[in-house]
Amino acid sequence: MFVYADHAATTRMLPIAVQAYTKTADLIFGNPSSLHTVGQRAQELLTSCREEVAAILGASPREIYFTSGGSESDNQALLSAAYAGAKKGKKKIVSTAIEHHAVLHTLKKLEKEGFEIVLLPVGESGIVSADDARRAIDRDTALVSVMLANNEIGTIQPVREIAEICKACGVPLHTDAVQAVGHIPVNVNELGCDYLALSAHKFGGPKGTGVLYARTGAPLSPLIEGGAQERNKRAGTEDLPSIAGMVAALKASVADMDASCAHLRKLQRKLIEGIEARISHCSLNGDRANRLPGNVSFCFEGVEGEALLLYLDDEGICASSGSACTSGSLDPSHVLLAIGRVHDVAHGSLRLTLGAENTEEEVDYLLEKIPYVVQKVRSFSPVWRDLQEGKRKFIL
Amino acid sequence: MEAEMSLYSEKVMDHFRHPRNVGVIENADGVGEVGNAKCGDIMKMYIKVENGILTDVKFETFGCGSAIASSSMATEMIKGKPLSEALELTNRAVTEALGGLPAYKLHCSVLAEQAVQAAVLDYYKRNNIPYDESQFKCALCAHEHDHPEGEEE
Repeated sequence: MFVYADHAATTRMLPIAVQAYTKTADLIFGNPSSLHTVGQRAQELLTSCREEVAAILGASPREIYFTSGGSESDNQALLSAAYAGAKKGKKKIVSTAIEHHAVLHTLKKLEKEGFEIVLLPVGESGIVSADDARRAIDRDTALVSVMLANNEIGTIQPVREIAEICKACGVPLHTDAVQAVGHIPVNVNELGCDYLALSAHKFGGPKGTGVLYARTGAPLSPLIEGGAQERNKRAGTEDLPSIAGMVAALKASVADMDASCAHLRKLQRKLIEGIEARISHCSLNGDRANRLPGNVSFCFEGVEGEALLLYLDDEGICASSGSACTSGSLDPSHVLLAIGRVHDVAHGSLRLTLGAENTEEEVDYLLEKIPYVVQKVRSFSPVWRDLQEGKRKFIL
Repeated sequence: MEAEMSLYSEKVMDHFRHPRNVGVIENADGVGEVGNAKCGDIMKMYIKVENGILTDVKFETFGCGSAIASSSMATEMIKGKPLSEALELTNRAVTEALGGLPAYKLHCSVLAEQAVQAAVLDYYKRNNIPYDESQFKCALCAHEHDHPEGEEE
């Protein structure tokens, strides 16, 4: 059996998105900036795509900017708001310890330029506290950035509550909604955010395309200089096939959201409870209830994550891990460390992210193979032996 | 940052999937453990010695694919060999035998070299056999092994 359980990494394009993509590439190939008929057909499609995204997010079309994806959108929102704040003498930025690197690394860059960066902690639940945010945000804050849902542990953050705090202090709020859009309801007015980043390939759209929502009046400066595309905020000929594919995927995901959410919640519960029942000394990462419907993230004691992933791959299972070896850095995931997992345990993490096309039979297969592979890795782990022999204390 | 998984050679994947000499020697003549759980890899090497020959070698590893493959390969390279030859095993030789490792995984082969040395050193110590400390530089510093400078992705 083959089970793809890494939907937070990326998704297969929905057939309807592939159709929209190829149809556009083939038939609506014009440059939207061209004045002739072929160009104008492309311009019309671009306009309708913008309107459709705006309608789904509760925004105005003029607030929608097409970008190359989540990272670019995050970068542009943060840099625009930070530099606008600095002009008014505001050099403090408040964010969280569990943001995606697209946000954290941009903040690191801003810190080097003299900004003060405050990263709010998260407890064991993996959810930032609005009270902590209230204490950190003040009138000297240039920007607040809080992700809507975490990419590793799926926890959903209180963006709406934080938006109210921001509003009271006159501080713009950015939210990285890359993992949320298409999976849970997202409306910029209900959230009260000033910027929002989304990425098409997380909900069945093509890779390399995304959206930056920037509320009317929110400062926005281009990252890429050149032509007048995207109302002078993002130069470069628009990738219309990808945009059309993204819109098709977004519409389909939103239309199916209730049904797929119910389906995923059922699978998620079965998978979490099944792993807990079958594997000793493991622990779910992040809040049990307040998480994305497809996210299941565990730490297993005495196990290293990369070995786990490779053996699972041999069983036809595609998953992910926050171990140091899989991140390419020496430390395990900053998210797992932020929720209080010590290094020894954080190396043994496994992230399974389910999508609407996963079935109950596939979850049964996961529940058969994961315990087998964990047992296999533990069978020659000196750490596990020490734990068994009492030479080392169990953490989980 | 380079890609990870596709970067493993067939040889690495073979040793990872079918580790040689995996397990424990209950009454080992020498045991060496290097690395630490905090860094995400620990290697433990067990040796059996007769007349200066490594008659049996087994390993246990907590670590990634290349750590498991490196320890498996190292045991295969020293089993049946005289101790003097085992002490000459270098991380470079392990890496070459594996058909190469990604740059940021080279420390796994260093651990394998250290684990072999630590096991032999343990054997010497248990039997009060005099040894030349300079031969064990690697094992003696292995308690807190240094990772090469890492990059973030």
